[in-house]
Amino acid sequence: MRLEILNSGYSPGTKLLFGVIQTFSRQSLPDAAKLVFYRPGFYGTQAKKFTQEAMRGPSAWSVADRELMAAYVSKVNETAFCIGAHTATAGQAYQDHAKVQAVLTDLDSAPIGDSLRATLRMLGKLTRAGKVDAADMREVLSAGVSRQQVEDALAVCAAFNTTDRLADAFGFELLSPEGFESGAKYLLKRGYK
Amino acid sequence: MPDEDQKRAAHQALVNSVLHGEGRASPELRARAYDNADLPEALQALIGKVADHPAQITDADFAAAKAAGFSEDQLFELVTCAAVGQSSRQYETGLAALAEATGNGEAADAT
Repeated sequence: MRLEILNSGYSPGTKLLFGVIQTFSRQSLPDAAKLVFYRPGFYGTQAKKFTQEAMRGPSAWSVADRELMAAYVSKVNETAFCIGAHTATAGQAYQDHAKVQAVLTDLDSAPIGDSLRATLRMLGKLTRAGKVDAADMREVLSAGVSRQQVEDALAVCAAFNTTDRLADAFGFELLSPEGFESGAKYLLKRGYK
Repeated sequence: MPDEDQKRAAHQALVNSVLHGEGRASPELRARAYDNADLPEALQALIGKVADHPAQITDADFAAAKAAGFSEDQLFELVTCAAVGQSSRQYETGLAALAEATGNGEAADAT
């Protein structure tokens, strides 16, 4: 990563933990996972709680839908690490990698329901332009999305607009396709805690 | 609605942590990074890109900030504040638009 402290500035206990994880998973810990261990009282502890709440907390959206939102927001931001991670996670969660690819390639023609499509379109506009208005929201609501679902989607969007920025700024190292699939398995089993 | 409150409460706790928690950069400077406003010149390129064009950040942006005397720990904090700040503004904008569309917003109250 671009800051040396994020590569090697961890406490001895944390370094030991990284070593244990590496031994068991046979993969080095992804930079996204490392970052939340750096001075966790500043960012990591609360970031994990918010991301867990947004991605795995109670919601009418499935885990797969929320992982797809994370992938889509990352695609709009062009954040390669998070596109790879959440494309793999959404694909595993849906057990349908082709559907996820179709959404990222062309949202308008992708084989998903109108409510999810309208929600992704709104998240894309918010991520790209930094703003949306009441008319954008009415369009989402008229596609059959509940108010609570819009709020839940906005939380996912906030979590990934933060993570994408940090991934790009600190320069998260890309994983191999196998590495992303293995990370996806972990995220579906354990979440973001 | 308990679900939304939990998500928003968790988000607010994150904002409070990066702005007011213990850190090496002053709370004033962290607030400026969060707002992407009134920053010293050496930080403007880096923090501006974190907010608006994160994919365009380069090593040179960090080098410029370090050359002006900012430590890695300070840059870790300031970059994080800028990322959380921009995404929080988007979150608030989205929630406000939703409130207006569903008739629970300030705009609806005013009419």
